[in-house]
Amino acid sequence: MKNMLQQIFRSSKFLIGFTIFMTMLLTVIIYPLIVKDEPLAIIGQGTFFEPGIYVNVFDSINSTHYTLSLNDAAARRIASKLGDQERLDMKDWLLAFGIPENEIDIHDNTKLMELWVNNYDSKLALGMTSAKRNYYARLDKSLKGILGTEGVIIAIKNTETGLLEETNSIVQTDYVNIGQVSSIRILPLGTDNFGRDILTELVSATRTSLQIGFVAGIIATLIGLTLGLFAGYIGGLVDDVIMFITNLFTVIPGFVLLILISFSIGQEQRGAITVAVVIGFTSWVWTARAVRSQVVSLRNRDHVNLSKLSGHSIVHIILADILPYIASYVIMALILQISSGILAEAGLSILGLGPKTTEVPTLGLMMNWAMIYSAHVTGKWWAYIPVLVTIAMVSFSMNLMNTGLDQVFNPALRD
Amino acid sequence: MAEIRSLEKKSCLSGSGLTKVFGFGNQKTVAVDHVDFNFYEGEVVSIVGESGSGKTTLAKMLLGLISSTEGEIYFQGKKLDIRTQRKKREYWKNIQAIFQDPFSSYNIFNKIDSVLLDCIHMRGGRKFSHAKKVELMIEACSFVNLKFEELTNKYPFELSGGQMQRLMIARIFLLKPQVLLADEPTSMIDASSRATILDYLTKLSKETGMTTIFITHDIGLAYYVSDTVYIMERGKFVESGSADAVILTPKEPYTQRLINDVPKIYEAWDLSTV
Repeated sequence: MKNMLQQIFRSSKFLIGFTIFMTMLLTVIIYPLIVKDEPLAIIGQGTFFEPGIYVNVFDSINSTHYTLSLNDAAARRIASKLGDQERLDMKDWLLAFGIPENEIDIHDNTKLMELWVNNYDSKLALGMTSAKRNYYARLDKSLKGILGTEGVIIAIKNTETGLLEETNSIVQTDYVNIGQVSSIRILPLGTDNFGRDILTELVSATRTSLQIGFVAGIIATLIGLTLGLFAGYIGGLVDDVIMFITNLFTVIPGFVLLILISFSIGQEQRGAITVAVVIGFTSWVWTARAVRSQVVSLRNRDHVNLSKLSGHSIVHIILADILPYIASYVIMALILQISSGILAEAGLSILGLGPKTTEVPTLGLMMNWAMIYSAHVTGKWWAYIPVLVTIAMVSFSMNLMNTGLDQVFNPALRD
Repeated sequence: MAEIRSLEKKSCLSGSGLTKVFGFGNQKTVAVDHVDFNFYEGEVVSIVGESGSGKTTLAKMLLGLISSTEGEIYFQGKKLDIRTQRKKREYWKNIQAIFQDPFSSYNIFNKIDSVLLDCIHMRGGRKFSHAKKVELMIEACSFVNLKFEELTNKYPFELSGGQMQRLMIARIFLLKPQVLLADEPTSMIDASSRATILDYLTKLSKETGMTTIFITHDIGLAYYVSDTVYIMERGKFVESGSADAVILTPKEPYTQRLINDVPKIYEAWDLSTV
């Protein structure tokens, strides 16, 4: 036993799979202890905030200001304000104004701004529509705002007189130390369509999906194992009946059955564990078939005959003389069942037949939400890529562990 | 010996028209074809035949591990009825076996102690004190010249093939069945251990007076151990009788061939008869 464990942990494939899986498992356990937010708390008023560090503006105004004279600050400011479209629009105006094309370099911030400031005049029509002219006026105004040196004044309305009283002013060279700003929220994966922190949600979803996978995998393996053992060992009529049922389930596609059952249970009754049980009850078929064929090859071995001659009961023989010989196989089947249980939940949820949406997130539900709110069309990658990667990593690590175990148990497969 | 035994003539295990057919249609194989036999109590019977002659199938039918297609088995004069699990377990208290391959005969997950304890429990010793059980196990091991102290807490696969087969005999020593079916017990054992195993087997059958059915392909071995010999060819008994009669004055050409196949140290092997 000890020797076998040593061998298992010497298999590099198993080790990689195990490391990935344990990392995920530990993250799922430790993360909620550190970040105590509700996974489904709506924090963002709006949809799909980009990943990044969110600094509270009000708090930064009230923090100590430091003056830093940095040469490239203005250039950065312009660069962040001027998108590719704005640059092209500016070029269009300048061309219409009569600047030769070779003098306009839209990638040189300083020169472009210089040309613009020297030449732009909001009174010139240049044959443009009034909407176009208004657009250029707005663009000019926002650019002048950046270039100005006066800064902005912070004022508070006096409740008695109704007048604005200046309390503070901010100039372009003012900086705050991010450590002194009292409220900062890091959203490494941004927010989803409902304004929920995707990282917290993802950790919680991974946890639920792993639970669903384990429950479904264990149920499927238990049913498959029991039926396979009895069909294979007892044989005869029992075998025929069990295999008839198994073949029926094989012929009906499991996923269709899963969809029908999930649908008939109804949205309200579908908790995470209910879905797991339904998945477990529809996916035992191939475990039963595989276990049965293993048992059939075992039941006529001499050690089983000897056990019979020693007066042991059928149950004892199955548990002591058959089960240990197929235990490694059953463990591998269990790992695959867990991983396919997680995939089945994802498949069900993306069709909208997963667990009900108000209690806990699952990986499948997150995919479903991302799909319904067209995250894939609008390029909000943070809403679905991390979920996809998580699903892939769970399956990948489990299949890797399975292959590693297979190599230990089947020496013929070792490389 | 054979003459004294034949005076008692008390049938232990007999069969009439016993047949086993595997498969059906074109795939049909008749492994055992309407055999009749009568094994008397306390005698050592050998069933000799080539590979595939149906010896092991016959043994499994006698043990009740597979059912016969046709024919009856009589145990101590009564028709054998092992249709239910309970009756089978009752029958297995009377008949035991030693299998050909000692390496696959043991459950590799069970320790040697549990193999022997099972036998004590089967003989009604479930309530014995621990000391009494250990005493019985030591006695059984010393019968086959094994040291129980060295075996305890070990797994069967840690022993050599010869030791495993001796442990099998220790098992039979504890069980004291009325019939022992030894299916090629020495074919997987090296020649030097072979004589030891056979000696323990004959010693055990003499001491307990159990009927021993010895299945082998080696007619020399059969002559060495048995009172009565049955020669089996393609599922049928072609010749039977006392060991001396069958082996010293063989009538059937098949028996003659089997005798010629036994390698002799003092003369060159005549390959033309093989």
